[in-house]
Amino acid sequence: MAGFTPPPLSSENILEIGSFPIRNTLLASWLVMAILIIGVLIFSKNSRRLIPRGFQNLVETIVEGLFNFFNAVTGSVKQTKRFFPIVATIFIFILSANLLGLFPGFGPLGICEPEAPAAVAASTENLPIATASEVPAENGSAICPQGELLLPFFRSVNSDVNMTLALAIIAVIAIQFFGIKELGFFHYWGKFFVNPFRDFIGFFVGILELISEFSKLISFSFRLFGNVFAGEVLLLVMSFLVPYAVPLPFYGLELFVAFVQALVFALLTLVFMTMATSSHQEEQAEGPLKDDTPKVLPEEMAKIGGTAATT
Amino acid sequence: MDKNLFVAITMAIGSIGPALAIGWLASKAMEAIGRNPEAASKIQTPMILAIAFAEAIAIYALVVALIIKFV
Repeated sequence: MAGFTPPPLSSENILEIGSFPIRNTLLASWLVMAILIIGVLIFSKNSRRLIPRGFQNLVETIVEGLFNFFNAVTGSVKQTKRFFPIVATIFIFILSANLLGLFPGFGPLGICEPEAPAAVAASTENLPIATASEVPAENGSAICPQGELLLPFFRSVNSDVNMTLALAIIAVIAIQFFGIKELGFFHYWGKFFVNPFRDFIGFFVGILELISEFSKLISFSFRLFGNVFAGEVLLLVMSFLVPYAVPLPFYGLELFVAFVQALVFALLTLVFMTMATSSHQEEQAEGPLKDDTPKVLPEEMAKIGGTAATT
Repeated sequence: MDKNLFVAITMAIGSIGPALAIGWLASKAMEAIGRNPEAASKIQTPMILAIAFAEAIAIYALVVALIIKFV
Protein backbone atom coordinates (compact mmCIF):
# COMPACT_ATOMS: atom_id res chain seq x y z
CA MET A 1 0.00 0.00 0.00
CA ALA A 2 1.84 3.05 -1.19
CA GLY A 3 1.57 5.96 1.18
CA PHE A 4 0.14 4.10 4.17
CA THR A 5 2.31 4.07 7.26
CA PRO A 6 0.95 1.97 10.09
CA PRO A 7 1.00 3.63 13.49
CA PRO A 8 4.06 2.78 15.53
CA LEU A 9 3.76 0.07 18.13
CA SER A 10 5.18 2.28 20.87
CA SER A 11 4.10 5.82 21.53
CA GLU A 12 6.22 8.72 20.45
CA ASN A 13 8.03 11.29 22.52
CA ILE A 14 6.61 14.77 22.62
CA LEU A 15 9.29 16.30 24.78
CA GLU A 16 11.65 15.25 27.51
CA ILE A 17 11.90 16.77 30.96
CA GLY A 18 15.42 15.93 31.98
CA SER A 19 15.55 12.25 31.22
CA PHE A 20 11.82 11.58 31.67
CA PRO A 21 10.07 11.25 28.31
CA ILE A 22 6.63 12.77 27.95
CA ARG A 23 4.79 10.64 25.42
CA ASN A 24 1.66 11.45 23.52
CA THR A 25 -0.29 8.74 25.35
CA LEU A 26 0.84 10.26 28.65
CA LEU A 27 -0.52 13.63 27.53
CA ALA A 28 -3.77 11.96 26.57
CA SER A 29 -4.02 10.24 29.94
CA TRP A 30 -3.53 13.59 31.67
CA LEU A 31 -6.33 14.94 29.54
CA VAL A 32 -8.61 12.08 30.61
CA MET A 33 -7.71 12.65 34.24
CA ALA A 34 -8.38 16.38 33.90
CA ILE A 35 -11.81 15.70 32.40
CA LEU A 36 -12.74 13.22 35.13
CA ILE A 37 -11.47 15.41 37.96
CA ILE A 38 -13.29 18.47 36.58
CA GLY A 39 -16.44 16.36 36.35
CA VAL A 40 -16.03 15.32 39.97
CA LEU A 41 -15.50 18.92 41.07
CA ILE A 42 -18.61 20.07 39.20
CA PHE A 43 -20.58 17.26 40.78
CA SER A 44 -19.40 17.99 44.29
CA LYS A 45 -20.31 21.65 44.01
CA ASN A 46 -23.78 21.33 42.53
CA SER A 47 -25.23 18.24 44.11
CA ARG A 48 -27.25 19.16 47.14
CA ARG A 49 -30.68 18.25 45.83
CA LEU A 50 -32.48 15.27 47.24
CA ILE A 51 -34.32 14.82 43.94
CA PRO A 52 -31.47 14.94 41.46
CA ARG A 53 -31.61 16.79 38.20
CA GLY A 54 -29.19 17.30 35.37
CA PHE A 55 -25.58 16.38 35.89
CA GLN A 56 -26.17 15.07 39.38
CA ASN A 57 -28.79 12.75 37.95
CA LEU A 58 -26.35 11.40 35.39
CA VAL A 59 -23.63 10.75 37.93
CA GLU A 60 -26.05 9.08 40.33
CA THR A 61 -27.39 6.90 37.53
CA ILE A 62 -23.91 5.76 36.60
CA VAL A 63 -22.86 5.07 40.18
CA GLU A 64 -26.06 3.29 41.09
CA GLY A 65 -26.07 1.22 37.92
CA LEU A 66 -22.47 0.15 38.47
CA PHE A 67 -23.14 -0.64 42.12
CA ASN A 68 -26.11 -2.87 41.33
CA PHE A 69 -24.21 -4.60 38.57
CA PHE A 70 -21.21 -5.30 40.80
CA ASN A 71 -23.53 -6.37 43.57
CA ALA A 72 -24.97 -9.06 41.32
CA VAL A 73 -21.45 -10.40 40.79
CA THR A 74 -20.13 -10.36 44.33
CA GLY A 75 -23.36 -11.30 46.06
CA SER A 76 -22.81 -9.35 49.26
CA VAL A 77 -23.27 -5.62 49.75
CA LYS A 78 -20.37 -5.38 52.19
CA GLN A 79 -17.92 -6.78 49.66
CA THR A 80 -19.28 -4.56 46.92
CA LYS A 81 -18.84 -1.48 49.08
CA ARG A 82 -15.25 -2.49 49.72
CA PHE A 83 -14.33 -3.22 46.12
CA PHE A 84 -16.44 -0.52 44.50
CA PRO A 85 -14.00 2.43 44.57
CA ILE A 86 -11.16 0.79 42.71
CA VAL A 87 -13.20 -1.33 40.35
CA ALA A 88 -15.52 1.50 39.34
CA THR A 89 -12.55 3.82 38.92
CA ILE A 90 -10.88 1.32 36.63
CA PHE A 91 -14.08 1.03 34.61
CA ILE A 92 -14.72 4.75 34.29
CA PHE A 93 -11.10 5.57 33.52
CA ILE A 94 -10.71 2.91 30.83
CA LEU A 95 -14.07 3.78 29.31
CA SER A 96 -13.29 7.49 29.19
CA ALA A 97 -9.81 6.84 27.83
CA ASN A 98 -11.08 4.56 25.08
CA LEU A 99 -13.90 6.90 24.10
CA LEU A 100 -11.63 9.94 24.12
CA GLY A 101 -9.26 8.11 21.80
CA LEU A 102 -12.00 8.12 19.17
CA PHE A 103 -12.51 11.86 19.30
CA PRO A 104 -11.56 13.96 16.31
CA GLY A 105 -8.17 15.45 16.99
CA PHE A 106 -6.60 12.35 18.47
CA GLY A 107 -4.22 11.60 15.68
CA PRO A 108 -4.33 14.35 13.10
CA LEU A 109 -3.31 17.04 15.57
CA GLY A 110 0.44 17.02 15.58
CA ILE A 111 3.59 18.29 14.04
CA CYS A 112 5.53 17.01 11.10
CA GLU A 113 8.90 15.79 12.12
CA PRO A 114 11.65 14.51 9.93
CA GLU A 115 12.12 10.85 10.61
CA ALA A 116 14.90 10.39 13.07
CA PRO A 117 14.43 6.80 14.10
CA ALA A 118 17.85 6.47 15.70
CA ALA A 119 17.33 9.38 18.08
CA VAL A 120 13.94 8.21 19.25
CA ALA A 121 14.85 4.54 19.37
CA ALA A 122 17.66 5.31 21.76
CA SER A 123 15.23 6.69 24.30
CA THR A 124 12.54 4.02 24.08
CA GLU A 125 13.11 1.05 26.26
CA ASN A 126 10.26 -1.10 25.05
CA LEU A 127 9.73 -1.82 21.38
CA PRO A 128 11.48 0.21 18.71
CA ILE A 129 9.43 2.47 16.52
CA ALA A 130 8.10 0.68 13.50
CA THR A 131 8.21 3.36 10.91
CA ALA A 132 11.90 3.14 10.21
CA SER A 133 11.49 0.06 8.07
CA GLU A 134 7.94 0.65 6.88
CA VAL A 135 8.08 4.08 5.29
CA PRO A 136 7.77 3.78 1.52
CA ALA A 137 9.87 5.87 -0.78
CA GLU A 138 7.09 8.31 -1.58
CA ASN A 139 4.66 9.62 0.97
CA GLY A 140 1.24 9.35 -0.67
CA SER A 141 -0.63 11.40 1.93
CA ALA A 142 -0.48 15.16 1.61
CA ILE A 143 -0.25 15.97 5.30
CA CYS A 144 3.49 16.15 5.68
CA PRO A 145 6.11 16.97 3.12
CA GLN A 146 8.09 14.10 1.81
CA GLY A 147 10.48 12.44 4.19
CA GLU A 148 8.61 13.65 7.27
CA LEU A 149 6.27 11.82 9.57
CA LEU A 150 3.32 13.16 11.49
CA LEU A 151 3.90 13.05 15.22
CA PRO A 152 0.48 13.24 16.87
CA PHE A 153 0.16 15.21 20.08
CA PHE A 154 -2.49 12.94 21.52
CA ARG A 155 -2.90 9.25 21.09
CA SER A 156 -5.44 6.84 22.52
CA VAL A 157 -4.32 6.10 26.06
CA ASN A 158 -4.57 2.33 26.07
CA SER A 159 -2.79 1.91 22.75
CA ASP A 160 0.42 2.04 24.74
CA VAL A 161 1.34 -1.19 26.44
CA ASN A 162 2.97 0.76 29.29
CA MET A 163 -0.42 2.18 30.22
CA THR A 164 -2.29 -1.10 30.18
CA LEU A 165 0.53 -2.80 32.04
CA ALA A 166 0.32 -0.13 34.74
CA LEU A 167 -3.42 -0.67 35.06
CA ALA A 168 -2.91 -4.45 35.19
CA ILE A 169 -0.28 -4.11 37.93
CA ILE A 170 -2.63 -1.90 39.95
CA ALA A 171 -5.46 -4.39 39.53
CA VAL A 172 -3.38 -7.46 40.46
CA ILE A 173 -1.80 -5.76 43.49
CA ALA A 174 -5.27 -4.63 44.59
CA ILE A 175 -6.48 -8.23 44.31
CA GLN A 176 -3.61 -9.44 46.48
CA PHE A 177 -4.19 -6.60 48.94
CA PHE A 178 -7.86 -7.41 49.42
CA GLY A 179 -7.10 -11.10 49.71
CA ILE A 180 -4.47 -10.54 52.38
CA LYS A 181 -6.68 -8.05 54.20
CA GLU A 182 -9.59 -10.47 54.33
CA LEU A 183 -7.85 -13.75 55.01
CA GLY A 184 -4.65 -12.71 56.74
CA PHE A 185 -1.18 -12.91 55.30
CA PHE A 186 -0.31 -16.55 55.98
CA HIS A 187 -3.76 -17.94 55.28
CA TYR A 188 -3.89 -16.18 51.93
CA TRP A 189 -0.46 -17.28 50.81
CA GLY A 190 -1.20 -20.71 52.21
CA LYS A 191 -3.44 -21.12 49.20
CA PHE A 192 -0.44 -21.02 46.89
CA PHE A 193 2.30 -22.59 48.98
CA VAL A 194 0.86 -25.85 50.20
CA ASN A 195 2.87 -28.40 52.09
CA PRO A 196 3.40 -31.27 49.62
CA PHE A 197 3.62 -33.88 52.34
CA ARG A 198 0.19 -33.06 53.71
CA ASP A 199 -1.68 -32.36 50.50
CA PHE A 200 0.06 -33.61 47.40
CA ILE A 201 -2.47 -32.50 44.81
CA GLY A 202 -2.96 -29.21 46.60
CA PHE A 203 0.74 -28.59 46.15
CA PHE A 204 0.45 -28.71 42.37
CA VAL A 205 -2.79 -26.75 42.37
CA GLY A 206 -1.04 -24.10 44.45
CA ILE A 207 1.79 -23.85 41.94
CA LEU A 208 -0.68 -23.54 39.09
CA GLU A 209 -2.61 -20.84 40.92
CA LEU A 210 0.61 -18.95 41.58
CA ILE A 211 1.46 -19.05 37.89
CA SER A 212 -2.06 -17.97 37.03
CA GLU A 213 -1.65 -14.93 39.28
CA PHE A 214 1.22 -13.80 37.11
CA SER A 215 -0.58 -14.68 33.93
CA LYS A 216 -3.35 -12.32 35.04
CA LEU A 217 -0.87 -9.47 34.61
CA ILE A 218 -0.12 -10.51 31.05
CA SER A 219 -3.70 -11.25 30.10
CA PHE A 220 -5.14 -8.03 31.56
CA SER A 221 -2.59 -5.79 29.89
CA PHE A 222 -2.48 -7.50 26.52
CA ARG A 223 -6.23 -7.91 26.18
CA LEU A 224 -6.77 -4.19 26.58
CA PHE A 225 -3.70 -3.20 24.57
CA GLY A 226 -4.45 -5.57 21.71
CA ASN A 227 -8.04 -4.46 21.40
CA VAL A 228 -7.31 -0.73 21.44
CA PHE A 229 -4.22 -0.83 19.26
CA ALA A 230 -5.82 -3.15 16.72
CA GLY A 231 -8.82 -0.84 16.65
CA GLU A 232 -6.54 2.09 15.91
CA VAL A 233 -4.87 0.25 13.05
CA LEU A 234 -8.22 -0.92 11.72
CA LEU A 235 -9.66 2.59 11.66
CA LEU A 236 -6.55 3.95 9.95
CA VAL A 237 -6.58 1.22 7.31
CA MET A 238 -10.30 1.67 6.65
CA SER A 239 -9.98 5.41 6.39
CA PHE A 240 -7.04 4.98 4.06
CA LEU A 241 -8.90 2.55 1.79
CA VAL A 242 -12.27 4.32 1.52
CA PRO A 243 -12.25 7.71 3.25
CA TYR A 244 -16.00 8.38 2.98
CA ALA A 245 -18.84 6.50 4.73
CA VAL A 246 -17.12 3.12 5.05
CA PRO A 247 -15.24 3.84 8.31
CA LEU A 248 -18.56 4.55 10.06
CA PRO A 249 -19.51 0.97 10.99
CA PHE A 250 -15.93 0.48 12.15
CA TYR A 251 -16.25 3.51 14.40
CA GLY A 252 -19.39 1.87 15.74
CA LEU A 253 -17.40 -1.30 16.36
CA GLU A 254 -14.75 0.73 18.14
CA LEU A 255 -17.33 2.38 20.38
CA PHE A 256 -18.65 -1.06 21.28
CA VAL A 257 -15.16 -2.41 21.91
CA ALA A 258 -14.34 0.60 24.09
CA PHE A 259 -17.28 -0.17 26.35
CA VAL A 260 -16.81 -3.94 26.40
CA GLN A 261 -13.09 -3.80 27.19
CA ALA A 262 -13.63 -1.41 30.08
CA LEU A 263 -16.41 -3.63 31.38
CA VAL A 264 -14.36 -6.81 31.03
CA PHE A 265 -11.33 -5.33 32.80
CA ALA A 266 -13.41 -4.11 35.72
CA LEU A 267 -15.54 -7.26 35.87
CA LEU A 268 -12.55 -9.60 35.84
CA THR A 269 -10.85 -7.56 38.55
CA LEU A 270 -14.01 -7.79 40.62
CA VAL A 271 -14.39 -11.54 40.08
CA PHE A 272 -10.75 -12.19 41.00
CA MET A 273 -11.11 -10.03 44.09
CA THR A 274 -14.20 -11.97 45.10
CA MET A 275 -12.37 -15.24 44.58
CA ALA A 276 -9.33 -14.00 46.48
CA THR A 277 -11.36 -13.00 49.53
CA SER A 278 -13.14 -16.33 49.78
CA SER A 279 -11.44 -19.20 51.55
CA HIS A 280 -11.60 -22.66 50.07
CA GLN A 281 -14.31 -23.94 52.39
CA GLU A 282 -16.61 -21.14 51.42
CA GLU A 283 -15.93 -21.68 47.74
CA GLN A 284 -17.36 -25.16 47.82
CA ALA A 285 -20.46 -24.10 49.69
CA GLU A 286 -21.47 -21.16 47.55
CA GLY A 287 -20.31 -19.82 44.22
CA PRO A 288 -19.37 -16.19 43.77
CA LEU A 289 -22.57 -15.49 41.86
CA LYS A 290 -25.19 -16.42 44.40
CA ASP A 291 -28.51 -14.66 44.64
CA ASP A 292 -28.63 -12.10 47.44
CA THR A 293 -32.04 -10.49 46.98
CA PRO A 294 -33.49 -9.41 50.32
CA LYS A 295 -35.86 -12.06 51.57
CA VAL A 296 -38.80 -11.31 53.85
CA LEU A 297 -39.07 -13.45 56.96
CA PRO A 298 -42.27 -15.50 57.36
CA GLU A 299 -43.50 -13.69 60.50
CA GLU A 300 -43.07 -10.33 58.82
CA MET A 301 -44.90 -11.74 55.83
CA ALA A 302 -47.85 -12.66 58.05
CA LYS A 303 -47.76 -9.23 59.62
CA ILE A 304 -47.84 -7.57 56.21
CA GLY A 305 -50.62 -9.90 55.11
CA GLY A 306 -52.50 -9.19 58.33
CA THR A 307 -52.31 -5.42 58.05
CA ALA A 308 -53.22 -5.52 54.39
CA ALA A 309 -56.28 -7.59 55.21
CA THR A 310 -57.53 -5.16 57.82
CA THR A 311 -57.17 -1.99 55.69
CA MET B 1 9.99 -16.15 2.75
CA ASP B 2 8.38 -12.78 3.14
CA LYS B 3 7.81 -11.67 6.70
CA ASN B 4 4.25 -10.62 5.95
CA LEU B 5 3.38 -14.20 5.12
CA PHE B 6 4.28 -15.29 8.63
CA VAL B 7 2.32 -12.42 10.10
CA ALA B 8 -0.75 -13.56 8.17
CA ILE B 9 -0.27 -17.22 9.09
CA THR B 10 0.12 -16.37 12.78
CA MET B 11 -3.06 -14.37 12.79
CA ALA B 12 -5.04 -16.90 10.74
CA ILE B 13 -4.13 -19.97 12.78
CA GLY B 14 -4.28 -18.10 16.06
CA SER B 15 -7.87 -17.05 15.45
CA ILE B 16 -9.26 -20.52 14.77
CA GLY B 17 -9.33 -21.64 18.40
CA PRO B 18 -10.86 -18.51 19.89
CA ALA B 19 -13.45 -18.31 17.12
CA LEU B 20 -14.59 -21.86 17.83
CA ALA B 21 -14.52 -21.24 21.56
CA ILE B 22 -16.61 -18.09 21.36
CA GLY B 23 -19.07 -19.79 19.04
CA TRP B 24 -19.54 -22.73 21.42
CA LEU B 25 -19.86 -20.46 24.46
CA ALA B 26 -22.46 -18.27 22.83
CA SER B 27 -24.43 -21.22 21.49
CA LYS B 28 -24.61 -22.89 24.89
CA ALA B 29 -25.62 -19.60 26.44
CA MET B 30 -28.36 -19.14 23.85
CA GLU B 31 -29.61 -22.64 24.55
CA ALA B 32 -29.70 -21.95 28.26
CA ILE B 33 -31.52 -18.66 27.76
CA GLY B 34 -33.97 -20.35 25.42
CA ARG B 35 -34.79 -22.92 28.08
CA ASN B 36 -35.11 -20.38 30.86
CA PRO B 37 -35.69 -16.84 29.61
CA GLU B 38 -35.98 -15.45 33.13
CA ALA B 39 -32.37 -16.31 33.89
CA ALA B 40 -31.10 -14.32 30.90
CA SER B 41 -29.28 -11.66 32.90
CA LYS B 42 -27.77 -14.28 35.19
CA ILE B 43 -26.38 -16.15 32.23
CA GLN B 44 -25.23 -13.05 30.42
CA THR B 45 -22.63 -11.87 32.90
CA PRO B 46 -20.59 -15.08 33.13
CA MET B 47 -20.96 -15.50 29.36
CA ILE B 48 -19.37 -12.12 28.72
CA LEU B 49 -16.57 -12.98 31.13
CA ALA B 50 -15.89 -16.30 29.43
CA ILE B 51 -15.97 -14.70 25.98
CA ALA B 52 -13.42 -12.14 27.14
CA PHE B 53 -11.13 -14.94 28.31
CA ALA B 54 -11.44 -16.70 24.96
CA GLU B 55 -10.89 -13.49 23.03
CA ALA B 56 -7.74 -12.79 25.01
CA ILE B 57 -6.12 -15.81 23.33
CA ALA B 58 -6.80 -14.28 19.94
CA ILE B 59 -5.28 -11.05 21.21
CA TYR B 60 -2.12 -12.93 22.22
CA ALA B 61 -1.85 -14.18 18.63
CA LEU B 62 -2.40 -10.62 17.44
CA VAL B 63 0.39 -9.33 19.66
CA VAL B 64 2.78 -11.97 18.32
CA ALA B 65 1.81 -11.02 14.77
CA LEU B 66 2.41 -7.34 15.54
CA ILE B 67 5.79 -8.13 17.06
CA ILE B 68 6.78 -10.12 13.98
CA LYS B 69 5.69 -7.31 11.71
CA PHE B 70 7.10 -4.38 13.59
CA VAL B 71 10.14 -5.61 15.46
